[in-house]
Amino acid sequence: MSQTKDVLTTPIFKNNPIALQILGICSALAVTSNLATAFVMSLAVITVTAFSNFFVSLIRNHIPGNIRIIVQMTIIASLVIVVDQILKAFAYEISKQLSVFVGLIITNCIVMGRAEAYAMKNPPIASFLDGVGNGLGYAVVLMFVGFVRELFGAGSLFGIEILPLINNGGWYQGNGLLLLPPSAFFIIGLFIWGLRTFRKEQVEKPEYVMAPNSKKGAV
Amino acid sequence: MEQYISLAVKAIFVENMALAFFLGMCTFLAISKKVQTAIGLGIAVVVVLIITVPVNNLIYNYLLREGALAWAGYPNVDLSFLGYISYIGVIAAMVQILEMFLDKFVPALYNALGVFLPLITVNCAIMGAALFMVERDYTFGESVVYGAGAGIGWALAITALAGIREKLKYSDVPEGLRGLGITFITVGLMSLGFMSFSGVQL
Repeated sequence: MSQTKDVLTTPIFKNNPIALQILGICSALAVTSNLATAFVMSLAVITVTAFSNFFVSLIRNHIPGNIRIIVQMTIIASLVIVVDQILKAFAYEISKQLSVFVGLIITNCIVMGRAEAYAMKNPPIASFLDGVGNGLGYAVVLMFVGFVRELFGAGSLFGIEILPLINNGGWYQGNGLLLLPPSAFFIIGLFIWGLRTFRKEQVEKPEYVMAPNSKKGAV
Repeated sequence: MEQYISLAVKAIFVENMALAFFLGMCTFLAISKKVQTAIGLGIAVVVVLIITVPVNNLIYNYLLREGALAWAGYPNVDLSFLGYISYIGVIAAMVQILEMFLDKFVPALYNALGVFLPLITVNCAIMGAALFMVERDYTFGESVVYGAGAGIGWALAITALAGIREKLKYSDVPEGLRGLGITFITVGLMSLGFMSFSGVQL
């Protein structure tokens, strides 16, 4: 039981796919300018990761090594088509806002990376949970970035006004930079800094260290 | 001719895949520690893009789009919902061929790229280029130029980032920011710089 819990929770902070494994960043930047799209995107990614892990794991013993990438891609792409059609049917407005990024879930490295690294070696149920866990790890970062960008950029959350903007007769001057894509880089950078302040073991070792007997000013 | 040149300039600078659309970020951040490897990967991406975008363009125009199957006697069939799976199939096949080719003829580059070569398949820049090509309805000639331009722009960006990171490793970065953190902030600054191209009208 505790092992099941580990599979589910380690990817959220201990081994976060975005902050530590550098996977699945593209969409994290583009869809986070407001919380609603970030939320729908997270749900879509969790679904796809969980089910692709499950199906890849089911047939893992029958896939020849040479063509495994194509087999995995086919499974993932079919799942994404399903998600895309469901979004178009039930949440058309948001699917318009997400535009090409729903399609790009196929190329989200988290999905492919987990299929390759975990589902090819583990039984279906564990793989399914691993998929959910990694999807949640992605969702945490996405929701955090979306929260900061929408709250301080546009003064609202889920489209509901929290900080009244000056344009509407309030007091808050929205920070336009946060609505532009580059701000997502800064927020994720700072998120990683915060995470690593609490979890020292994640700090990367410097490649170069100053030789012990040299003066700092002399370099 | 003029239209092709302006499309190429647009794809390389104004709509840079990495720094304006943030596509292909995973490999972009992971393989940019050394200029040498970055150039190798950049070239691989250019090659894959030059082949896959036009091939996908043909598939879209002659098999998938509404009415495209008229030559086979099915004028009312619309298969565009099969788009994703066919584009990614083409891309995955091309990458696997490239992998075998590199393994045989350029083993040094093959070893340097390691696990990130199969991950070119999931490089969003390549899938993204295919989706943008469909969305903007490029002709065959335009799709060749667009594929090449998008690839060159991406290669340029990753080489520039690798150059910065080679210098950056000598600097004294706060503990938690070392490695990935400071790279994110660097890329953020680079993309702010590239935003100045967004006003350019061609």
